[in-house]
Amino acid sequence: MNKGRFGGPFHMRTLITIVFALLSSGALSQEGKDIEKLAFGESDEKIEAIAALVASGTPKAAEVLQALADGELYTAGKRVLMVKGDTATDAVTGEKIASVPDEKEDITVNNRLRRELGAALAALKLISPQVEVRRSSVKELLNSAEPAMLPLVRKALAAESDPQIKAMLGQIAAALELRSEDRAARLAAVKKLADSNNASTKTLLLGFLNEEKDEELKSEARKSLSAIEGRLAWGERLGVIFTSVSLGSILLLAALGLAITYGLMGVINMAHGELIMIGAYATYVTQNLFKGSAHFDWYLIAAIPVAFLVSALVGMALERSVIRWLYGRPLETLLSTWGISLILIQAVRTIFGAQNVQVENPAFMSGGVEILTGIVLPWSRIVIIGFALFVLLGIWLLLNKTRLGLFVRGVTQNRDMASCVGVPTARVDTWAFGLGSGIAGLAGCALSQIGNVGPDLGQSYIVDSFMVVVLGGVGQLAGTVYAALGLGFANKLLEAWQGAVLAKIAVLIFIIIFIQKRPQGMFALKGRAVES
Amino acid sequence: MTSARLYGPKGWALLGAFAAFVFVVMPIFNLYVPQESSFHMSTYWVTLLGKILCYAIVAVAMDLVWGYAGILSLGHGLFFALGGYAFGMYLMRQIGSDGQYRQPMPDFMVFLDWKEFPWHWWNSDSFWWCAMLAVVVPGLLAYVFGYFAFRSRVKGVYFSIITQALTFAAMLAFFRNAMGFGGNNGFTDFRRILDIPIATPQMRMILCATSALLLIGVLLLGRWLVTSKFGRVLAAIRDAEARVMFCGYDTMYYKLFVWTLSAVICGIAGALYVPQVGIINPSEMSPANSIEIAIWVAVGGRGSLAGAALGAGLVNGAKSFFTQNYPEYWLFFLGAIFIAITLFLPQGVLGLVNRFRKS
Amino acid sequence: MSGAATAHPAALGAAGGAGGARVATGELDLTHGVVLYLEGISVSFDGFKALDNLSLSIDAGELRCLIGPNGAGKTTMMDVITGKTRPDAGTAFFGQTIDLTRLSEAQIAQACIGRKFQKPTIFERHSVFENLELSMKADKRVRKTLFAKLSADEHQRIQDTLKLIHLEGESARTAGLLSHGQKQWLEIGMLLMQEPRLLLLDEPVAGMSDEETERTAELFLSLAGKHSLVVVEHDMAFVSKIARKVTVLHEGSVIAEGPMEQVQNDPRVIEVYLGR
Repeated sequence: MNKGRFGGPFHMRTLITIVFALLSSGALSQEGKDIEKLAFGESDEKIEAIAALVASGTPKAAEVLQALADGELYTAGKRVLMVKGDTATDAVTGEKIASVPDEKEDITVNNRLRRELGAALAALKLISPQVEVRRSSVKELLNSAEPAMLPLVRKALAAESDPQIKAMLGQIAAALELRSEDRAARLAAVKKLADSNNASTKTLLLGFLNEEKDEELKSEARKSLSAIEGRLAWGERLGVIFTSVSLGSILLLAALGLAITYGLMGVINMAHGELIMIGAYATYVTQNLFKGSAHFDWYLIAAIPVAFLVSALVGMALERSVIRWLYGRPLETLLSTWGISLILIQAVRTIFGAQNVQVENPAFMSGGVEILTGIVLPWSRIVIIGFALFVLLGIWLLLNKTRLGLFVRGVTQNRDMASCVGVPTARVDTWAFGLGSGIAGLAGCALSQIGNVGPDLGQSYIVDSFMVVVLGGVGQLAGTVYAALGLGFANKLLEAWQGAVLAKIAVLIFIIIFIQKRPQGMFALKGRAVES
Repeated sequence: MTSARLYGPKGWALLGAFAAFVFVVMPIFNLYVPQESSFHMSTYWVTLLGKILCYAIVAVAMDLVWGYAGILSLGHGLFFALGGYAFGMYLMRQIGSDGQYRQPMPDFMVFLDWKEFPWHWWNSDSFWWCAMLAVVVPGLLAYVFGYFAFRSRVKGVYFSIITQALTFAAMLAFFRNAMGFGGNNGFTDFRRILDIPIATPQMRMILCATSALLLIGVLLLGRWLVTSKFGRVLAAIRDAEARVMFCGYDTMYYKLFVWTLSAVICGIAGALYVPQVGIINPSEMSPANSIEIAIWVAVGGRGSLAGAALGAGLVNGAKSFFTQNYPEYWLFFLGAIFIAITLFLPQGVLGLVNRFRKS
Repeated sequence: MSGAATAHPAALGAAGGAGGARVATGELDLTHGVVLYLEGISVSFDGFKALDNLSLSIDAGELRCLIGPNGAGKTTMMDVITGKTRPDAGTAFFGQTIDLTRLSEAQIAQACIGRKFQKPTIFERHSVFENLELSMKADKRVRKTLFAKLSADEHQRIQDTLKLIHLEGESARTAGLLSHGQKQWLEIGMLLMQEPRLLLLDEPVAGMSDEETERTAELFLSLAGKHSLVVVEHDMAFVSKIARKVTVLHEGSVIAEGPMEQVQNDPRVIEVYLGR
């Protein structure tokens, strides 16, 4: 590529270089020379030119480099042109050119050059007037700063007003100054780097330890290193805690509905996972309705009640048609609800196809909060943790502060007595089952934001949800919460240690053993009440 | 019911007719009637029947624990698969160097670049060793698991759920390549048993007949068990366990005995199943497979061993029909069976037959 | 903590299919004439004291009636004696040597304590005959049960019991089809087949007709002497008919004990029954 386009026979290239060297000797500014070097030089010369342009840090340099990166920089004869649409500008002199010449040639950018160019552009953004541009540029440079950028970084550091960016710039400058010839500068840099919370700083300091001869500097470096390591370990721990809580909140959402249908009503609902799946598909359908509208991001808000209602209606229909006839026969309920789950899976396959469907995150759910460098808490997870709390609160209020909740609790404690005092037990069963199913739908709505939505979605949650409810103790909302969080932590901690699959196996075996010891779960009531 | 006889005259007649069909009629029409003849029974049918017979054995084993002792296992697929894997090791060794890589090690080990067999493959080139493993491994696992579960008096749905957790955990474990069981793909591409090629009509017929023999044996053994005093104690445990304990029976050992026996039978069925279908992989351990076993029993009629075998035949016959002709309707059909049986036919097909006979 | 989940040494030793090992502490020792001896038994469920420092002793061959209002701890006491519930504190001895708190339900049953539940509990899907056959005193380990055959002698014993409980004609009938009173009788018959030294009977005449109650009273009186009986009953007419000694339980402990007339006039008993 390189040769065919630009290289040409050797003597031609040499000739051009000589001609330009002659031309530029007096007439051109240093910047102009750099731009020409960028356009006509060899690969190495181009890189030198980039470095020089970055160091100058002028708006024009930024413009030219940007043009090169965008493929808008051309050579035409001996001129360097920036072409935007129909207008062309001479990059060296800045004069407008009336018509874009036909015989313009691309300036080839190979991979190495592209990398340099990317870093250079990021560096130039350091002095951009917009805070956000500067912030993203600083982040990019944290791991890819080049020594040549030091002057620019210093310049930016002096001009920076935002404290966060300034701190990061300080880190970058210090990292670059580690290679300084000046001992005092190195010492200052080593000390400065102790404040870093970037994993690559660790590598940098380790490298420095190997090369540095000065003992005092070395000991300072070790001090800085251990400070960083401590902070990084904390970051890692925070990360694990967050993913644990996140998994716990997902398990909690998946299990909360079951805590009502199984925990309170005693219905072994193997179709619970499919009610989750239906909630996810309801979200998908809602999303499609919003597609193309200006308020696309709001679809998720609309999907919450939709998912709840659809799953609740399906659940109530199931209760009325099948489950009602099987109260008091848990094993039969288990089998028939399994049958229901098969039918629901196949129905969804028939309607929506066997492939996973695409549910997009609204804009406010994408991205995340960076608590330390490299540790990003995704918004979607944070929102789901909040959502789980919200659902939990809702259920608690519903069960403890409303008439339906009173009825449900009454019926679960003593069905005959409740019936005697005029509670419509059959209707309460239907509503309670609908409530549990609706919550499963909410779980589906939440899960659609972080995982695949397909007909088999429910199957992957059913075992987990049952484990949570059984572990927490039947009929215990608080137990469900503790069990969900506990399993979340157990899973993630073991995962960090032994990998996901073994962690899962270990958790399952733990639950099997746990049930032997406490068949009624963690928070079960003792005594005669549970014997029967 | 008090009578100690195994079967009535009709029962023996049906059993005899079944034996005659599998051991005489089928070999004649499969092996001796020429292929061009319209009376020829193709080997496809022999293999299909053999496969269903293995399922029927599992169903009978399941009925022993569920129908008689009231223990619903949602993990019987695990014992079946363990038997299959144990015997599968032998079948893998019998491939010899005929695998894709032309190496003495099984293909998946060559692929993983293993230089020697893992410890649990020790002696796996011996037929009898692997046959023994197919019995002992499921039996031992069931014994240990059952011992702790029954000792802690885990019952009913709780027991069902932990058996499900067990098979789920095992499935995840077997998906791992590091287990040394071929990971996702499991074992396949079998060539020989006892150095005799599997893919011949004769061998297929022998495997099918062996399955039938085992089914008959299991039916007789099961029948003997449930008509003995032991069987009456089991049924009493199912109906009123506390009373049985206060009568002086240590119910734990009764449950443990029948549970372990059931697992062993499943293991043997699995060992027979694998050479006939030619593959074993971790999906055999999926919770869904184990629940399906329960529905075979429910369809035929719980608490009647022959009914369980019949149920396995009906459901799997229907499965073969649907998956060939209307694959998209199979799950609808299976789901509907689950619901219809539990709601309308708690005694299964056999109960329906009995009801017709009475009226 | 559920004490019932802990392993019993005897049961552990018998691992390997040998269910219900013989009681390690040997045969029933009645040297002091006491068949059951409870001292300082306490049981609590979630803070609720079902039994509070209960002490009670039953003499060999005695027929003791146990009365008390609902929640007095009668059923819990039976649970403790039969091994269903482990006491938090206290000792329970059967005879002089058999520590009931260390045995499983099955072992206690084999040590010859029979229990009738408040709600008649029989094997509803078995025939009446099979119900008696299953409860008959025998080696109840798995291996023996697998190959068990009824001897002529045992057959005769079942017939005798059938006659005693007035169910001769119902031998082949499914037990679930019996009337409530007949089920009560069948359960008593099952207890007798165990040849127990001590019978615990929880409301044995509930749901019986007057005539059946009358016959039950006769039966119990005839059993006393050979067996020891503890009868929990709410039917005071029945109690006064059979009782020689009555124990009154209230809030988990004994508040009065003695002959019926004495107990009836005890001011504390009157307060418990009528005071509130």
